Amino acid sequence: MPRFLSDHEHGVVSAVADLLIPPLDAHPGGAALGVADYIDNLLAAFTFDPPLIFAGGPFSGRFGGDASFAKFMPLSPHEELAWRTRVEGSLGLPEREFNGPRRGWQEIYREGIAALGADFCTVDTDEQRSRLDAQSELRVELYMHACEGAYGAPEYGGNRDLAGWQVIAWDGDVQPRGYTDDEVSGRD
Amino acid sequence: MPDNLDCDAVVIGTGPAGATAADVLTSAGWSVMMLEKGRNHLLSLDAPFAPLGHVSNDEIKFSRRHFLGPDPFLEPRSYRRDDADGDRLFAGEVNNLPSTVGGGGFHADGKLPRFRAVDFKPRSELGPIEGADIVDWPVDYDEMEPYYAEAERLVGVAGDAAANPFAEWRSGPYPMPPGADMFGAVLTTEAASRLGYHPYRAPTGVNSVPYDGRPACNNCGFCAYYGCPIEAKGDPVAPLRNALRTGRCEIRVDSYVERVLLDASAKHARGVRYLDLDGNAHEVNARVVVVAGGAWETPRLLLRSDVANSSGLVGRYLMYHFQTFVIGQFPFRLHGHRGRSVTHLHDDHMIIDDDVLAFAREHGLPYFRGGLTEHGGGGSPVMEGIYTTPGITHTREMIDSKMRDRLWAFTVQGEDLPQITNRIDLDPSVRDVYGFAAGRATYDVHKHEVVASRYMTPRLEAIMRKAGAESTFAASSPPLEGDRAGTRSASMSRHIMGTCRMGDDPATSVVDRWQRFHDVENMVCTDSSVFPTSTGYGPTLTIVALAIRACRELAGLPKLTSTRPPQG
Repeated sequence: MPRFLSDHEHGVVSAVADLLIPPLDAHPGGAALGVADYIDNLLAAFTFDPPLIFAGGPFSGRFGGDASFAKFMPLSPHEELAWRTRVEGSLGLPEREFNGPRRGWQEIYREGIAALGADFCTVDTDEQRSRLDAQSELRVELYMHACEGAYGAPEYGGNRDLAGWQVIAWDGDVQPRGYTDDEVSGRD
Repeated sequence: MPDNLDCDAVVIGTGPAGATAADVLTSAGWSVMMLEKGRNHLLSLDAPFAPLGHVSNDEIKFSRRHFLGPDPFLEPRSYRRDDADGDRLFAGEVNNLPSTVGGGGFHADGKLPRFRAVDFKPRSELGPIEGADIVDWPVDYDEMEPYYAEAERLVGVAGDAAANPFAEWRSGPYPMPPGADMFGAVLTTEAASRLGYHPYRAPTGVNSVPYDGRPACNNCGFCAYYGCPIEAKGDPVAPLRNALRTGRCEIRVDSYVERVLLDASAKHARGVRYLDLDGNAHEVNARVVVVAGGAWETPRLLLRSDVANSSGLVGRYLMYHFQTFVIGQFPFRLHGHRGRSVTHLHDDHMIIDDDVLAFAREHGLPYFRGGLTEHGGGGSPVMEGIYTTPGITHTREMIDSKMRDRLWAFTVQGEDLPQITNRIDLDPSVRDVYGFAAGRATYDVHKHEVVASRYMTPRLEAIMRKAGAESTFAASSPPLEGDRAGTRSASMSRHIMGTCRMGDDPATSVVDRWQRFHDVENMVCTDSSVFPTSTGYGPTLTIVALAIRACRELAGLPKLTSTRPPQG
């Protein structure tokens, strides 16, 4: 269940994710990689405690060591101010507007998705592309978030089953195993 | 200690410059209070000062979410080229270095070359260039050599003393042998050698064997812009832990120094005032103030405090390295994400030969120097994705990975000439979260950097093709628009220098040869603000060596000496 996005909005984000990062042969696209879950986690980051901003460390457990990425880190008051402003917008609060007002991602996504049309998921992909191109603010933000969700650590909610890394032959976080000297110096 | 003093020295900043100062001063028996405006992600501040475990191979946290600070929302910086650009071209992230315990040392991949003798005497040995104020440093290589050796032992540098034919003399070997060669560098160094260049294994502040109680590097590849999860990198952990272990060093985090406080004479600092996270002001009274905020934040603090600026030169002579990137795309995978980001260098583009002189004269310059050329690879998939076109071709391009796994890069850290018009000052309206004026860079390139880059680029592309690249392209930082710095992007260089230049004449410099401020008798600067010129070498080892030298003098410790071994 999405936390910030509605089911409809989640579906639209998934459809857009597949436009930007399309499936290819057997490789999953942005939708199957969980980009919409990643974005929902970001938009709803402050419904979690600690908020889902900085994953823990030092190891994920995928290459040994204790799994600690999923234990997110508490934010300092300033970090909370910065990240709430990015996510929620400045909302007219003076402490968030020391350099002027700022639109938040929640607003950008909600308005942008609405502008794509209630029937977005049912129209053909050419029409989807055309509508998306008209929403440049959403498109820019969503593409950056889609790349984070597809190719970032799965603890943030995307990269489902590590498929985003498998597609591109990326090992991910290899600590504490690392690589042997031969793996560094030799041809594969 | 007199009752009115909180400590012998208050040190502003915990990066390599501040950490080295704390190490030297505590070793001399001084009590030191370090003030760091950022958070602590490095090591416990309680004995035995163990790692905190916050560092990880996490691209989102480190590359996308400003984990190490400064967050550009909280601490924006602005950029313009000159007055004609107006108050600024943009504000946000400009030349950010980590704002956290460990500072710029935290995220650097630890390439730690020494300068050569000529780098300290460019005015005498190379001569002036119109439009720049090239000066000699008030110190020379022979005097610096023992401090370089001490810096290499302190941080733990792995290298091969015989590898670089252009290197200056050394009093001894590196503390450790070099680590594993990256595969791409094996290809490009062989090609460079065949074309007559002299690549060598990069002196690197990363353990190749266990050293100083810390383990050998395991080649995870998350070096530059991350921080080492296993403490295989000595800068900045080693000097900070040394200082803490004496029991005479306290580090206060989330402590933003608002201003330097002078006594009634205005020639003597009595301490600093800092703000805690709640905005409460605190004063620290100290015998000595050590300024080590880096070449951007140091002049910003001094200008805000209105101290030490009788010369009018605080913030002036801002220098970066002019970075020339030559990228090669290979028909096979290079796995540049394994290893220490960069494992080889060549210095040839800093050597002035007849071809360089001819090209220089053709372009109206007496000479030029490029910089250290790094042979490196890497890149991470989120960034690769963002730089890959979205849409139909995206997934195919990501699988082929021409922009990551089949990519190899030369990065030249080109010498940037000191120009008085390039400077850090206070932005007239952009503010940080504390309400203080943001720092602003006013910066444009000198013809020297542009000509040097244009000379080097085809030569580097030829090496890349010889190594097997099927295509090459070049870029620079700052990006150029014609012969000027670009308007859309500031320099990406994290090598920031100048802004409080060192010299003997108080009219033409800000600090003296011992890095004491001419105007404030008990205040020293240990960061790269003091560099009179930028050279073409990474600054960190020289920052550390200079800080050792300045702080030993400050504490009355004997000068270090070394002996040049017999040649042959």
